[in-house]
Amino acid sequence: MPKRKDIKKILIIGSGPIVIGQGCEFDYSGTQACKVLKQEGFKVVLVNSNPATIMTDPEIADRTYIEPITPEIVEKIIQKERPDSLLPTLGGQTGLNTAVALAESGVLKKYGVRLLGASLQAIKKAEERDKFKKIIGDIGLEVPRSGCAHSWQQAQEIIKYVGFPAIIRPSYTLGGTGGNIANNVEEYKRYVDWGLDLSPKTEVLIEQSVAGWKEYELEVMRDRKDNVVIVCPIENFDPMGIHTGDSITVAPAQTLTDKEYQWMRDAAIKIIRAIGVETGGSNIQFAVNPENGKLYVIEMNPRVSRSSALASKATGFPIAKIASLLAVGYTLDEIPNDITKKTPACFEPTIDYCVVKWPRFTFEKFPNTNQELTVQMKSVGEAMAIGRTFKEALHKAVRSLEINRFSLDKKYINSELSLAQLRKKLRTRCWDKIWYVAEAFRRKLSTDEIFALTKIDPWFLNNIHDIVKLEKKIKSTALDKFDSDFLRQVKEYGFSDKYLATVLNISEEQFRKHRLRLGVEPVYKTVDTCGAEFEAHTPYLYSTFESECEANPTDKRKIVILGGGPNRIGQGIEFDYCCVHASFALKEIGIESIMVNCNPETVSTDYDTSDRLYFEPLTYEDVMSIVEKEKPDGVIVQFGGQTPLKLAVPLEKAGVKIIGTSPDSIACAEDRKRFNNLVKKLELRQPDSGTATTYDKALKIARKIGFPLLVRPSYVLGGRAMKIVYDEKSFESAVRNAFEASDEHPVLIDQFLDDATEMDVDAICDGKRVVIGGVMEHIEEAGVHSGDSACSLPPVSISEKILKDIKRQTRLLALALKVKGLINIQFAIKDDKIYILEVNPRASRTIPFVSKAIGVPLAKLATKIMAGATLDELGFTEEIKPKHFSVKEAVFPFLKFPGIDTLLGPEMLSTGEVMGIDDDFGIAFAKSQIAAGNGLPMSGNVLFSVKDSDKKKAVELARQMNEMGFRIVATKGTCLELVNNNIPSEFVLKMSEGRPNVVDWIINGKIDLIVNSTAGAQSVGDSFPIRRTALDKQIPYVTSIRAAIAVVKAVAAMKRRKISVKPVQKYYD
Amino acid sequence: MKAILLLEDGMVFEGNSFGAEGQKCGEVVFNTSMTGYQEILTDPSYNEQIITMTYPLIGNYGTNSEDSESRKSFVSGFIVKENCPYPSNWRSGISLGEYLQKNNVVGLEGIDTRKLVKHIRTKGAMRGIISSTELNINKLKEKLRDYPGLVGRDIVKDVTAGKTYSWNDGVVNVLTGSEWKTEKKYKVVTFDFGIKHNILRLLCSHGCEVQVVPAATSAKEVLRLKPDGVFLSNGPGDPAPLGYAIETVQNLLGKLPIFGICLGHQILGLALGGQTYKLKFGHRGANHPVKNLLTGAVEITSQNHGFCVDVDSLKGKGIEVTHVNLNDNTNEGIISKKLSAFSVQYHPEASPGPHDSQYLFEQFIKLMN
Repeated sequence: MPKRKDIKKILIIGSGPIVIGQGCEFDYSGTQACKVLKQEGFKVVLVNSNPATIMTDPEIADRTYIEPITPEIVEKIIQKERPDSLLPTLGGQTGLNTAVALAESGVLKKYGVRLLGASLQAIKKAEERDKFKKIIGDIGLEVPRSGCAHSWQQAQEIIKYVGFPAIIRPSYTLGGTGGNIANNVEEYKRYVDWGLDLSPKTEVLIEQSVAGWKEYELEVMRDRKDNVVIVCPIENFDPMGIHTGDSITVAPAQTLTDKEYQWMRDAAIKIIRAIGVETGGSNIQFAVNPENGKLYVIEMNPRVSRSSALASKATGFPIAKIASLLAVGYTLDEIPNDITKKTPACFEPTIDYCVVKWPRFTFEKFPNTNQELTVQMKSVGEAMAIGRTFKEALHKAVRSLEINRFSLDKKYINSELSLAQLRKKLRTRCWDKIWYVAEAFRRKLSTDEIFALTKIDPWFLNNIHDIVKLEKKIKSTALDKFDSDFLRQVKEYGFSDKYLATVLNISEEQFRKHRLRLGVEPVYKTVDTCGAEFEAHTPYLYSTFESECEANPTDKRKIVILGGGPNRIGQGIEFDYCCVHASFALKEIGIESIMVNCNPETVSTDYDTSDRLYFEPLTYEDVMSIVEKEKPDGVIVQFGGQTPLKLAVPLEKAGVKIIGTSPDSIACAEDRKRFNNLVKKLELRQPDSGTATTYDKALKIARKIGFPLLVRPSYVLGGRAMKIVYDEKSFESAVRNAFEASDEHPVLIDQFLDDATEMDVDAICDGKRVVIGGVMEHIEEAGVHSGDSACSLPPVSISEKILKDIKRQTRLLALALKVKGLINIQFAIKDDKIYILEVNPRASRTIPFVSKAIGVPLAKLATKIMAGATLDELGFTEEIKPKHFSVKEAVFPFLKFPGIDTLLGPEMLSTGEVMGIDDDFGIAFAKSQIAAGNGLPMSGNVLFSVKDSDKKKAVELARQMNEMGFRIVATKGTCLELVNNNIPSEFVLKMSEGRPNVVDWIINGKIDLIVNSTAGAQSVGDSFPIRRTALDKQIPYVTSIRAAIAVVKAVAAMKRRKISVKPVQKYYD
Repeated sequence: MKAILLLEDGMVFEGNSFGAEGQKCGEVVFNTSMTGYQEILTDPSYNEQIITMTYPLIGNYGTNSEDSESRKSFVSGFIVKENCPYPSNWRSGISLGEYLQKNNVVGLEGIDTRKLVKHIRTKGAMRGIISSTELNINKLKEKLRDYPGLVGRDIVKDVTAGKTYSWNDGVVNVLTGSEWKTEKKYKVVTFDFGIKHNILRLLCSHGCEVQVVPAATSAKEVLRLKPDGVFLSNGPGDPAPLGYAIETVQNLLGKLPIFGICLGHQILGLALGGQTYKLKFGHRGANHPVKNLLTGAVEITSQNHGFCVDVDSLKGKGIEVTHVNLNDNTNEGIISKKLSAFSVQYHPEASPGPHDSQYLFEQFIKLMN
């Protein structure tokens, strides 16, 4: 069946900011969809608030709305664009929920918009648990016993037949937010209440827990002629009870006989038909009782998902792309398989390797949270590894994670723990369980016992046992006994050079040389969807230790781009965006692009993006092997964040040509002493600073500079263990923590510029000329990590004189560092003086935001410069000065971590970002807040509770709010100040002053906006319940007076005029 | 212990031995199914073949007493990347290695199976010898030289039933233990050219009283049993030399409804006056898309064949092509409405593989109605 003629213009809703549970996999799927639908001749309208995505690049869709994803805003877009169709299944849960809301409110009907792929009815059948349960029962399958509650009373009835342990899941939340397992009534009550609060529909599902059963997922595709195929069965290493996003997962399924697998396949096909997903992909989860094979259906996602991205990367079958084609009328047999070219997409991929996906956690960022894994997702990213055996893939996955672990060695855990403690650890659902499993084998625990404790399938356990056995042999073998046979076996098991070198107490380079002398080198095999049955035309490669190599490098001019690895807080989609742009730019100038990355969620690891793709860990060993095979003309390290940057110097030492800014310049910017000298030479200004190796020395420096101070460890990322201290008492613990975090490296102590304005500048330089990309003013004061602070481009409160000087300084620094490519500088402005805080001669987190704000693809230009072009040749010689305002706002994972504080500081905590654009700053800021989920109220009660130094400014803000019709509520000190200034304000008790207090007010829904700033540990502690309650109740709040100023401007702007929408393409005209 | 695979073009793969020790010649082929190795090992159609599994990790769930497709394994050798000595599954009995030992099948593991598969894909399925007892290449070469290969030989006689018997077991759901039972209304004479048990089970579960007869049974003997229909089974090797079976089918055509699978399909094709030819490396796997030309629907099918019916040779013989393989457009099914006979090249009985095509058994029942 060819494509439908009745479809002309399609609206695609993206998934918005990166949050836990909704990562950049939806940029991968959405980009595929936009590209293929455009190719097919449809007009594509896209809405997504996330500027760091490839899909929001102006050339990907015909009309791109970087606007908040809410039903109200999307309605405005529909009204303006009048699409005839809406594809709701590509933007994750956000996209799906928004589409459902638009369908239910009648908007789609009003404007004549059809839902493609899945009808409202089908979506509801899959998403509403009671409906889903009934359908599953009707087709002869089973689900765990369960019930749906809208109140505590109903929940009490349900638990009678469900029994403990019970899983509580709020409906319609992302990544299982609010999901929990309750073992007793007390926990049950707590989780039910929390879940009801969180669910947009005040609905929780209470379900019999099948924790400990085996977990499987099937990716299913269906076309409109009812052809159904299974793309890939995935088996979880971790048993049921841990969210699949937090589980190590393996493709294909390993321990199912064909009889059981076909039974599951039949079930999946029955389900997709019964739910009625008309076309496209769905993900269906199953639980299997390891004792008797009993099968339960757990859930179905009637849309592309994290798992479908994984399955696409694991098999080479592009689910989102094909789902899009199916949605517009094609059938599976009409779509060719991109990789074989000769066979159709209507088949089931078969693979001849093993894939391991491993989640990446950042618990170190949230030290006060419970680290136990549950049914609510907590990981922030993932790495995928491919090997010919599970053991090889497992080892590759470990080193892909970049958590400084290179094996299952016991040195990574407290191996002194007693046997009883070890058993306890094995029972706990911890993220690093596998190291304890390995340790258990070392302590001679049996597979049976470890299975009883962990419920990890014995097949996986025995594979780990194999690794431990070989590890023992490695540890008793001297280097000269590592002959080629033994070394080959060790490498086939996936052991890294780095680990082996450590065991042998030699350098990695020495070990590498020994290995190469023995001729033990990896070969590269192709991911081809078909187990080599047909010839593959797409060089999508992975390394393994076998005999035949399929890499077949070309002799074209070529450049390797090193990607960013798994997403984590501090290094996310922004860097993948830059890598993808590098690849696009190379294509434009006829240079072969070779991508190296191990993150399955990304656009960079789409086999379509680069000429060649190596799905490999980003370690020295793995990158060197590729470089030796490909012999590229250059390697780009400045786009993938810290991951490739760390490799720059060792790669260069090994003779690899790093193109763009030299590793020496990068090192100069990172090395405090060298950098200080440079700044001095250029006659610029930095905050006073010092470096200490002992506490006494640190104290001396502190007294010399004077408080407040910024204390931070060296050699860490994303502001780990950074602290602002105001007195000697807190100074001591901060210094001690910093020493600990940096592994006893020196601690850096900087003068902290209190209440300074922070600025970010992104610029591009070809070695001779510097062009400013954008200057951003942070909304939050200096001291809040730049990744966490909202910012505006152009600045709103900085004088022309200061701006000019900032640009002059940027030029000086870029030229002095001989930058070829991008440079990012952070400045602080205090009392009209400019201080340099940090210089990064590489792509920064803000590159995609700036590129979208000014309409110039900076990363692409930088790539071309690295390949030899000049800015002159590229025609980018003058700064773009947009007339509109672009505001970036950060998005935080606080909701996923109960009990942690939401105050911002020098350590980055945000997972993603959104952008608001408008001709008016107030509206742009308002849009950024709506997009980030902090929709601002237009009336109601505003709570003011601010620190003394903010009181004067608070008076002014309260006056404006009052004039706009808000009622002002304030705590004692603030209230007094307001009343003294003739602002009517109602007094509310602080927590410590009795009841009902401010928190009661918030819980009772009597507060609509909170302005709360604090100074000093006491006040921070006292006000914590205010912030946390506000968060849990989803009430917008700001924690600095600067942010409050922006909020007031935004409310005022929205009072003046309604929010309107405009495609980004129009801003660039 | 070492083991070797030597191909007729001289290529050698050296790995480790598992399963039984010994040496055997056969045609070297590959199968792309990721599950179902026990069913594959016991499918008599693999007689005289050395099977390479493309999925590298085999043996993970062991073997059990329910999943065998015939009385024993007829394969000449079994090659995997990594054999699993510690199977894990609630139904698992003995490990794959032990199973091969018991069935006297020589196993080879630890070779670059993908390299072997690509070689076969490019050069075609070829003769080979697998050995764990003799590792001298020249001696193996000599042995291999004497091995005739499959073309033009009747190897059905090695696997077919020795005498007529009746089959009474239906399909059993391994998860629930319940048997799929239907009242027996149709008497079906089933030719055993190397039949898989799941065909028998499905016929039984669809209401057939199944009489299994040896391959060389004559049409007269069949008619004497007064069946409602005749089933032609799958089986190993080249269909062309099976003159006796082709003749029998010719004598039955038009007298009784006929349904054939795999080798049975090829025999029907030959009986209808067509020809068969050898495919370069065959179809063996559980993921081949087959289009039903009558409905337009696509089935994901289980496949195991090295020979194929030449559709052009059937032109003008009153035959309708019903199924085609979407990967390479080869023939997958034919029907002669006039003669009430139809057949498919692939395996609707699955085992291993998807269940998409079971409707063909219902079609056979309807034809007998």
